[in-house]
Amino acid sequence: MSATDTAKLPAPAAAPDTAPRSPWGEVLHSLSRSGTFLTGLAIVVFWIVCALFGQYFVPYDPLASDIINALTPPSADHWFGTDQLGRDVFSRVIVGSRDILTVAPLATILATIAGTALGLLIGYFRGIVDDIVSRVLEAFMAIPVVIIALLAIVALGTSKITVIVVIGLSFAPIIARTVRSAVLAERELDYVAAAKLRHEGALHTMFVEILPNVIPPILVETTVRLGYAIFAVATLSFMGFGIQPPSPDWGLSISSNYGMIGGGFWWTVLFDALAIASLVIGVNLVADGVHGAFND
Amino acid sequence: MTDKNALELKDLSVAYRVGRRNRAVLRNLNLTIKAGEAYGLVGESGCGKSTVALSVVRYLPRNGSITGGSIALDGEDVMTLDAEALRRARADSVSMVYQDPGKALNPSLRIGRQLTEIFELAGIGGQQAQDKALAMLNRVRISDPASVMQRYPHQLSGGMQQRVAIAMALANDPSMLILDEPTTGLDATVEAEVLDLIAQLRRELSASILFISHNLAVVSHMCDRVGVLYAGMLVEEGSTKDVFNDPRHPYTVALLRCLPRGGQRKDQGRLDTIPGFLPGIGATITGCAFADRCALATERCRTEPPPLYELGEGRLSRCHYHDKAQSLPRATPADVPAVAPKQAPPVLQVEGLNKTYGSHGHPLRAVKDVSVSLRPGETLGLVGESGSGKTTFARLLLGLVAPDDGGSIELEGKKLAPRLASRSEDQVKAVQIVFQNPDSALNRSHSIRHILGRALKRLGGLTGRTLDNRLEELVRSVRLTDRHLAVKPRQLSGGLKQRVAIARAFAGDPRIVVCDEPTSALDVSVQAAILNLLADLQSRQDVSYIFISHDLGVVRYLSDKIAVLYLGRIMEFGPSEAVFSGPHHPYTEALLSAVPKLDRTEASRIRLDGEIPSAANPPSGCVFHTRCPRKIGTICETKEPELTEAQLGHTIRCHIPYDELARLQKPKTVEPA
Repeated sequence: MSATDTAKLPAPAAAPDTAPRSPWGEVLHSLSRSGTFLTGLAIVVFWIVCALFGQYFVPYDPLASDIINALTPPSADHWFGTDQLGRDVFSRVIVGSRDILTVAPLATILATIAGTALGLLIGYFRGIVDDIVSRVLEAFMAIPVVIIALLAIVALGTSKITVIVVIGLSFAPIIARTVRSAVLAERELDYVAAAKLRHEGALHTMFVEILPNVIPPILVETTVRLGYAIFAVATLSFMGFGIQPPSPDWGLSISSNYGMIGGGFWWTVLFDALAIASLVIGVNLVADGVHGAFND
Repeated sequence: MTDKNALELKDLSVAYRVGRRNRAVLRNLNLTIKAGEAYGLVGESGCGKSTVALSVVRYLPRNGSITGGSIALDGEDVMTLDAEALRRARADSVSMVYQDPGKALNPSLRIGRQLTEIFELAGIGGQQAQDKALAMLNRVRISDPASVMQRYPHQLSGGMQQRVAIAMALANDPSMLILDEPTTGLDATVEAEVLDLIAQLRRELSASILFISHNLAVVSHMCDRVGVLYAGMLVEEGSTKDVFNDPRHPYTVALLRCLPRGGQRKDQGRLDTIPGFLPGIGATITGCAFADRCALATERCRTEPPPLYELGEGRLSRCHYHDKAQSLPRATPADVPAVAPKQAPPVLQVEGLNKTYGSHGHPLRAVKDVSVSLRPGETLGLVGESGSGKTTFARLLLGLVAPDDGGSIELEGKKLAPRLASRSEDQVKAVQIVFQNPDSALNRSHSIRHILGRALKRLGGLTGRTLDNRLEELVRSVRLTDRHLAVKPRQLSGGLKQRVAIARAFAGDPRIVVCDEPTSALDVSVQAAILNLLADLQSRQDVSYIFISHDLGVVRYLSDKIAVLYLGRIMEFGPSEAVFSGPHHPYTEALLSAVPKLDRTEASRIRLDGEIPSAANPPSGCVFHTRCPRKIGTICETKEPELTEAQLGHTIRCHIPYDELARLQKPKTVEPA
C-alpha cells in the first residue's frame, strides 16, 4: 500500500531546520545568552565558592576575637574593620554565607516538593478537594511568614532543622498554587484523557504524565522562592530565632552589632547587610533569567 | 478600472534567519494581480503562502527579511517607502483578513469602537463615523448592526466575527484585499456564507483580492486565477478553471488526486498520496524542487532547475515535462481487497442516549435521545455543525463523560457501564479514540517508545520480549519505522504524530475507534495517507469507526453509515449512500450544498440563515425550524417530528413526507467535493 508515503523517507527529525534543539537545549541556549541570568549566576557562584572554600583564604579566623583591636575602622589590616569583639569583619562576611546557603536552599527544596505534590493533587482532582485545600492555603498565606515561623520556633525550639521545616512549609502553599494553575491547564489536554482510556491510576497520571510538563513553571517559582527564603532566614537569624551563635552568619552579625550604629561603627553592620542584599539580588537575577528563558 | 496592476511581485525573495543562517522561504517569486482580479494562492503548509501576504505589507516577523526583488502596490514600490508612507499605504490601499477573527479583534473594545476608530484615523469623527460604521456592518450583511456595535467580540459567533473583520478591512475602501485562510476555522455552513459575502462584495467593490488557502475547492470557487506555490516558488499558474481541470505540473496533479472526489468510497480504491516531504525552509534546491517526490522525474529534473514554461493563454508551469504531467503514475495503488458484505450482529448498539449539562440553572441538552447501531468493520460518520453534539456523543461512548440515566450502550451485546472507571479492562481497550490534535493527544515529555509501550502494556497486557515484538509490529502497521521510536512527538511532522496516535488507539486490538476530526489539522496529501491507513487497518482488523468530521467528502469516503446531528438530535440516519444521494433531511441538504465544489458546478444553493441556536434554549417543535429553508408551517414550530423510517435503515426527522422531500429535491444532484 502507501508504504512510499512516509516510511521510507527521512523523518523531518533528520532535517536540520525542522528539529533544532530539544526544548531543554533551547532553554539552556537562551540562558547562556541572558546577561541577567549570567550576572545573577556569577554573584551566586561567588558566594557558594566563599561558603565552601572561604575559610582557606580569609586573612583571619572569623571566630577569633581580639578585644584589644575591637571596633577598629576599615584599614589595610582589617579591610572591613573589626566588630565589638575584635573579629575581622571581612573574614566573617566571606564565610558568613555558609549557614544561610545550606538552610535556605534546603527549605526551598522542601517547599518545592511539598508544594508540587499538593498542587498536583488539588489541580488534578479539583472539586471539593481543591475548594477546601485552596481555602486553607489562602488562609495560611494571609499570615506573614515571620509570624508563623516565630510561633513554630517558639513551640519547637530553635535549630536549623526547625528553620528549614518552618520556612519550607510556609512557602509550600505558594508553590502549590503555581503548580495547581499549571496542572489545571494541562489536565484538559487529550493525553490525560488518553491515560484515563488506559485505566491509568491517578498517581501515574499526575506524576508520570502531567508532572514532566509542568516542570518549567515549578523551576521558575523555585528560584523566585529561593530569594525569599534567603531573606526569611536572614530575618529569623536577625531576630535570634534562626542560625545561632557563634556562626558568622550575616543576619546574626547584624543583630549582634546593630546597636553600634549609633556610635558610628557603621562597618560592623553595613558589609553584612550588603552581602545579604547581593545574594538576594543574585538569586532574583537568576530567577528572572530562568523565567525569561521559559517564556520567550 | 485602470490598467495598473494592483499588486506586482518581481523576483521576490524572502528569508528567515534561523540559528545565524538566512533560510530562503520565497525564491524569486513573480506574481501579478490585475486590478479587480481575485487571485488564489494555494499550496501545503510551509510553502510560503502567508509569507507572501506578510511581505506585501512588510509585516514580516523580526527574523524575516526581503533579500531581493521588488513589491509594487498600485504601481508604487513598497520597498522604498519610509515608515510614514508605509503606514499610509497600509491604512489606505491594502487590508488584510486573517484566519482567526477572534485574535484579529480587540477583545476589550466594543465592535462599534473598533470600527469607528478606522474612520477617526481618516479624520472623520463623531456621529458621522458612527453612521459609516453602521453602513459597513450593513454592507457585510450583519443583521441588527446597531446592537452588534454595542457588543464585544466574544459575544459574536465565529462567522459574525469574521464578517466584522471583513467590514473593518473594507472600511477604508482598499484597492487590495488580502485574505489569509479567511474561512479555515469556520463551519461549512458559515464558510459558505462568508464566501458568498466575499463574492458579493467583489461585485460591489473594485478591490483586487489575494486569496490564500490550502483548500483547493474554496479557491476554485472564489478566484479568477490561481497560483500553486511549492517550496517558495510558483510552480503553476493559470486561470482557475484551467489549472484545476487541466493541471500541467505534477505537484498540482498529485494535490488534486489526494482529495476524495465525486463520492469516492473506501471500497472503491485508496486515495493517492504524495510521497516524501516538502523541502525544509532554506534547503538548497538543485534542479526541480519537486523532483524528489515526483514519479516522472528524470536526471534532467534533478540537475537542471526548470524555468517557468509559458504555455499560452497566461498559463505557466515550472516543469520540464509539463505536457506529460497528467500521466503522473499513482504513488499509492488504488486497488483494495474486496470486502464481503457483513451480516454479523452489531458490535455497538446505542439506545436512547441522553446527556444534559447544567449550565447556570438551565439544563443544556448536549445529546438528546440518540440511538445508533454499528456492525463490525463499519464506519459511522457523524456530521453536523460545531455545537451539534458530535464530540459529546463520542465522549459518552468512551465513558469520558457519563450519560443521563436511562438509555444504554451495548458493546457486542454486553452493557457498557456509563463511567469509564466502572468498565472492565476488556471494555476499556475495546473502545479507543484518535483525537483531533496530536499535539494535545501525545504527551510531549514522553518518547514515542514510551507512549506506545505504555499503551501496549496497559491495553495489550504485554510485558518484556512480547511487548517489544508487538511494538515493532504496531509501529510497522502504521508505517512508521524503529527510528521514530526514540524521538519525542515534537520532532515529528503532523502526519507522523497522527500515525503515532492511531497506533496507540490500536494497541489493544480495539473493536471501536472514535476518530474525532483526525485529519482536520493536516495537509491534503497527508490527510490522504491517514485516510488510507485508517481504511487499511479497518479492512485488516475488522474494527468499527465512529468518524467525526466537518469535511463531508472525507466522511463519505470512509463511512458506511451517516448520522446527521443538529443540537444533539439525530436528524437523519442511514446508509452513507442513501444519506448522500438523497432525498435527505433539509438540514443535510443545506450541509451538502454548503460544501464548495472543486469543479465549480453551481448547484442551486441553499444557505442557512443565522447561527445555530443555543442548546440551552432550543427552539420549540422541530429544533431546525428557525433556519429551515423548507419549513412547511406552524406544525414545525409546535410539534417535534419523529425519526421516521423512509427506506429500510434510512430514517429522517422531518414533518415533510419522504415522497414530498424526494419531489422537492429532485431537480438536482448534490455531490460533495
